[in-house]
Amino acid sequence: MAKYLLLKHYRGAPAAVNDVPMTQWAPEEVTAHVAYMNAFADRLRESGEFVDGQALAPQGEWVRYDGEGRPPVTDGPFAETKDLIAGWMVIDVDGHERAVELAGELSAAPGAGGKPIHEWLELRPFLTSSHTITE
Amino acid sequence: MRELVPAVIGVLVRRGADFAAAEDAVQDALVEALRTWPADPPKDPLAWLVTVAWRRFVDAARADAARRRREDLIERQPAPGPANTADDDLHLYFLCAHPSLSASSAVALTLRAVGGLTTRQIAAAYLVPEATMAQRISRAKRTVSGVRFDRPGDVATVLRVLYLVFNEGYSGDVDLSAEAIRLTRQLAAGYDHPEVSGLLALMLLHHARRASRTGPGGELVPLAAQDRSRWDTALIAEGVAILQAALARDRLGEFQAQAAIAALHADAPTAAETDWVQILEWYDELAGLTDSPVVRLNRAVAVGEVDGPRAGLAALAALDDSLPRYTAVAAYLRERAGELDTAARLYAEAADRAPHLAERDHLIRQAARLNAR
Repeated sequence: MAKYLLLKHYRGAPAAVNDVPMTQWAPEEVTAHVAYMNAFADRLRESGEFVDGQALAPQGEWVRYDGEGRPPVTDGPFAETKDLIAGWMVIDVDGHERAVELAGELSAAPGAGGKPIHEWLELRPFLTSSHTITE
Repeated sequence: MRELVPAVIGVLVRRGADFAAAEDAVQDALVEALRTWPADPPKDPLAWLVTVAWRRFVDAARADAARRRREDLIERQPAPGPANTADDDLHLYFLCAHPSLSASSAVALTLRAVGGLTTRQIAAAYLVPEATMAQRISRAKRTVSGVRFDRPGDVATVLRVLYLVFNEGYSGDVDLSAEAIRLTRQLAAGYDHPEVSGLLALMLLHHARRASRTGPGGELVPLAAQDRSRWDTALIAEGVAILQAALARDRLGEFQAQAAIAALHADAPTAAETDWVQILEWYDELAGLTDSPVVRLNRAVAVGEVDGPRAGLAALAALDDSLPRYTAVAAYLRERAGELDTAARLYAEAADRAPHLAERDHLIRQAARLNAR
């Protein structure tokens, strides 16, 4: 009934509690982390709340229109950016409270030492085009 | 054929079939009907579907040894025959809106079982993957699978679910507002309650004005600026007649009061001739019935029209400013009071908080209009 975007950041989010870069985790810790995320997505498929989710590569670039008949200007892949998105998941839930609950669950994915990362996830409601009657 | 689905499911469930099994059996029967009807159309399609679906259900139940106990139950049931369709439909409405279901599950199950829509159609209307909607529906079915049909449910829950469907509007190939009206008409035909009539009247009155509510580019057109010649007068007349009959029974409820307000808007030949005094009276009634903050917000608008923008702002001051659309109402009243700079700032703020695209764009345009003066 209400769609939300869960955004996971490479950087730009406030620091996680268990803030160890993934490259310094043990391999089985990485496996456990990925398994947690997949199980989370599967649970949402099962509950009928999953819409879509993808991981994004860190290599982004900026692109801009540069005038009639000219190729677009690109900047990057090393453009200055304070915010880098690692992936996203779209959920369709009954309301904001449920969306926060699920984001909290996803943020509890295990990291270094098998302990939850407590990372910050960005939660954004979708603007819809449905016309709720308000007159 | 789709119209017959709820009736057939209803008959099977009344005879003791599990809800999910009944639905499977009806789907099988529909497939069979598609295959054989073109060459050999039945005299009574409903009876045909009931007979075939019942046979399928019994076959499936027999094939399952673990279901022997239920088989015994089946043996004791009367043979297929004429059914009390209205009653069976009604029970299905109550089952699909069962309080144990979340709002979105209740909506999905209602569209599937009472509305007879396919999972794909429902998924498209809600812009979610078909697999997601299939899960939602099958979970909902599991949730209600143990619920017996012997007690009438809460009509308020059923009406809430139907109103949710109505407010979704449309996307894809299914017009959910029209579907909600169809289902509510069906409910009203089998269930005598003034609030059911109230909801039906409310839907018809809103639906009658739908074409004028958006401009050619999909932009929102506020009530005062709508082209009233595009309102569907036949639907308005029907809505008003249904409402009057309901009000005459003197069992006022929330939907009748909302419909009364919609009727007063629909009745005004021009925006300036709107009977705001009566509308305000109805908002007072409605506030007494629901105590909803959204109602009090709308009431503040009516106060603004009756006693002027200052009075409207005073009514608004009593409310929580985090309410959806609070800032939009404040912007409108400030503009009417001549505080244009404040109004422009509030319109921009309201745009940031708008829950829908069309509404956000509308509020941005209002802010831009004041800023460009």
